[in-house]
Amino acid sequence: MSTQLMNGATMLLECLVREGVECIFGYPGGVTLPFYDALYDHPIRHVLVRHEENAAFAAEGYARATGKVGVCCATSGPGATNLVTGLVDAMMDSIPIVALTGQVSTKLIGSDAFQEADTFGITRSCTKHNYLVKKLEDLPAVVHEAFYVAASGRPGPVLVDIPKDVFQGKGHYQPVGAIHLPGYKVFTEGHAGQIRRAAQMIWESKKPMVYAGGGIIAANASEELREFVELTDFPAVNTLMGLGALPAEHPNFISMPGMHGSYAANMGMYNADLLIALGVRFDDRVTGRLAAFAPHAKIIHVDIDPAEIGKIRQPDLPIVGDVKRVLQKLNKLLAELKPELEPMYAAARREWRNEIQSWKEQYPLAPVYSDTEIKPQHLVAEIDRLSGGRAIVCADVGQHQMWAAQLVRFNEPRLWINSGGLGAMGFGLPSAIGAQFARPDKLVFALVGDGGFQMSIPELATIAAYGLPVKIVVLNNGYLGMVRQWQELFYNNRLSSVTLDCFPEAEKLAGAYGFKGRTVEKPHELRAAMEECVNEPGPYLLNVKVSPYENVYPMVPAGGAINEMVMGPPQPVSA
Amino acid sequence: MLQTIALLMENKPGALLRVTGLLSARGYNIESLTVARTIDPQLSRMTIVVDVDATLRAQVIKQMNKLINVLQATDVTDAPSICRELLLLRVRAQQESRTAILKEAEIFGGRVVDSSTEGFVIEVTGEGEKLDEFVDVMRSYGDIEVVRSGATAMPLGSKKLKLQPPVPTRAELARV
Repeated sequence: MSTQLMNGATMLLECLVREGVECIFGYPGGVTLPFYDALYDHPIRHVLVRHEENAAFAAEGYARATGKVGVCCATSGPGATNLVTGLVDAMMDSIPIVALTGQVSTKLIGSDAFQEADTFGITRSCTKHNYLVKKLEDLPAVVHEAFYVAASGRPGPVLVDIPKDVFQGKGHYQPVGAIHLPGYKVFTEGHAGQIRRAAQMIWESKKPMVYAGGGIIAANASEELREFVELTDFPAVNTLMGLGALPAEHPNFISMPGMHGSYAANMGMYNADLLIALGVRFDDRVTGRLAAFAPHAKIIHVDIDPAEIGKIRQPDLPIVGDVKRVLQKLNKLLAELKPELEPMYAAARREWRNEIQSWKEQYPLAPVYSDTEIKPQHLVAEIDRLSGGRAIVCADVGQHQMWAAQLVRFNEPRLWINSGGLGAMGFGLPSAIGAQFARPDKLVFALVGDGGFQMSIPELATIAAYGLPVKIVVLNNGYLGMVRQWQELFYNNRLSSVTLDCFPEAEKLAGAYGFKGRTVEKPHELRAAMEECVNEPGPYLLNVKVSPYENVYPMVPAGGAINEMVMGPPQPVSA
Repeated sequence: MLQTIALLMENKPGALLRVTGLLSARGYNIESLTVARTIDPQLSRMTIVVDVDATLRAQVIKQMNKLINVLQATDVTDAPSICRELLLLRVRAQQESRTAILKEAEIFGGRVVDSSTEGFVIEVTGEGEKLDEFVDVMRSYGDIEVVRSGATAMPLGSKKLKLQPPVPTRAELARV
């Protein structure tokens, strides 16, 4: 059963339709001309961004907001190399995207042809897998394989490099049967014996802590996590990538742990006797100095990627599997064992909960306000108020990202979109574009710093052209704030190349693109300005001038132990 | 510490790059690498000897097993395995030492593959240490030139890789 004769470009679109793709973020060029010609009257929507890097970020935003595979497209040479940052970002955060790149004709490959680059070689290390399609008949199998690899197991980016003559060649679309990847192993179920042992360990713990991360969100296992937490009544932290995995307003939720995590979360991790690590990778920003990380704890580590087990911290009980399936089975066992085992250490765990509660009360994560200037935390608190735990917030990278992670509530998964592992500045705005296309029903904030915003200003055109109602909120402190904070704290306040002068006037800038913008700097104006921003039916650029020297606290200095947090700036000594 | 890794992988463009890239990205130096296809022309067998910190050996194997093109990566450093290397050695031999050289070659199970008035080319297979000794012995007879293949390993025992010769016989090829 084959379809009519078509060229490679149309065949590619046929594959994309069968994969359920509705929307591609891309930028055309010489060798992708046949593909763009086929797209001209095709129902798949192509979103024209203004830079290929942002196509990759937008595809990530789409994928992060939905869990579906995001698709981006670029031409050969510079188009493909511009995708690289987005690919690495997707790799670090395990985000399923498929990147389609054009390549010079097969006969020209290796001849230093115009706009030729070794895309396959360049992207080898920044993709989960990549392909160079040299024959048209391979195209359908490769594309379907690419989507399968991107979305299955531990998700990640996959790149398919397609030469121009493959786009132009004529052939029939042959439906692809089962995908044959003899070397691709996905372990989903989890070892039954290990799960049984885990259940035992869980009920035998006195100071347990659930350490849940991006894996919960990737596996759509939020419900199972909530069930686990409610069944056991254990306290839980969500990592930066896991925010929203457990609703922020859930009584068992503590906050984010790590370098800028809360006192309660870090002290909880440090003093725990059992860490239940679910879809996390013991990132250095979470663990601090490894030797002093959760030194008294036994570790149960559930991850779909066997290479994560023992990569950083050797677990006492590893379970390789899909955290959703593992939690389903574990919850069932825990419920069975509960009547018998729960009472054993219930009193100790109650005491533990009280201890955590007292840490929470001692050092709460609370916004800071001032009468004279807008504190950045004040702005973030405003976003939280208007979101009510339901809006999508796409952050850039830096101080604002940390304040948002601390103070904005996320009551659902896939609301908090940020570049966690790579920390790629310029991510916020384009990812918001992708998220808004994916979720037109949602209020989408692009919360960006004045540094990251200026990396992605070209995308204002995309936002204007598609009339996307993205709320761009610039937390403008006039500095590369996080770098400035480190220069202040660790480099004797020698502020080297971190001052961002000449920020454009928001009203004029947005006006130049045909939408509304405004700058606020007075605390009492902020509330109304934020409401105006949110109530505007179209896009809005709100530039908020905040106090320039605010630092993010609590802070675990690099290489420090997580129980040795710096809670705030040094206080003046009273006489 | 040197680690010997045996891999069974898909015989596809770029597969070798993925494996070696994984090592070079971590700054590990590859001591030797051999690769050839198996009876099944879709698959290749590779043996890598690489200098890896002992604590990271397991992680390297896991990362290799994660590669889509790799069917199985096994650490055979301490596992039961047979490890062999091919050495070709050219020695410039004086008339009076020719007989002695041939005797030495015989001791090492070597085979003369080229002989001229200048000297010999001798082929020896064996474990690396044995070949080192052979090189030392030959050096004492005069100028030498050495080409080594690098180790190729076959794991034994319970850690299963499909037991196949690395190169198909002609009859087998005809069948494929």
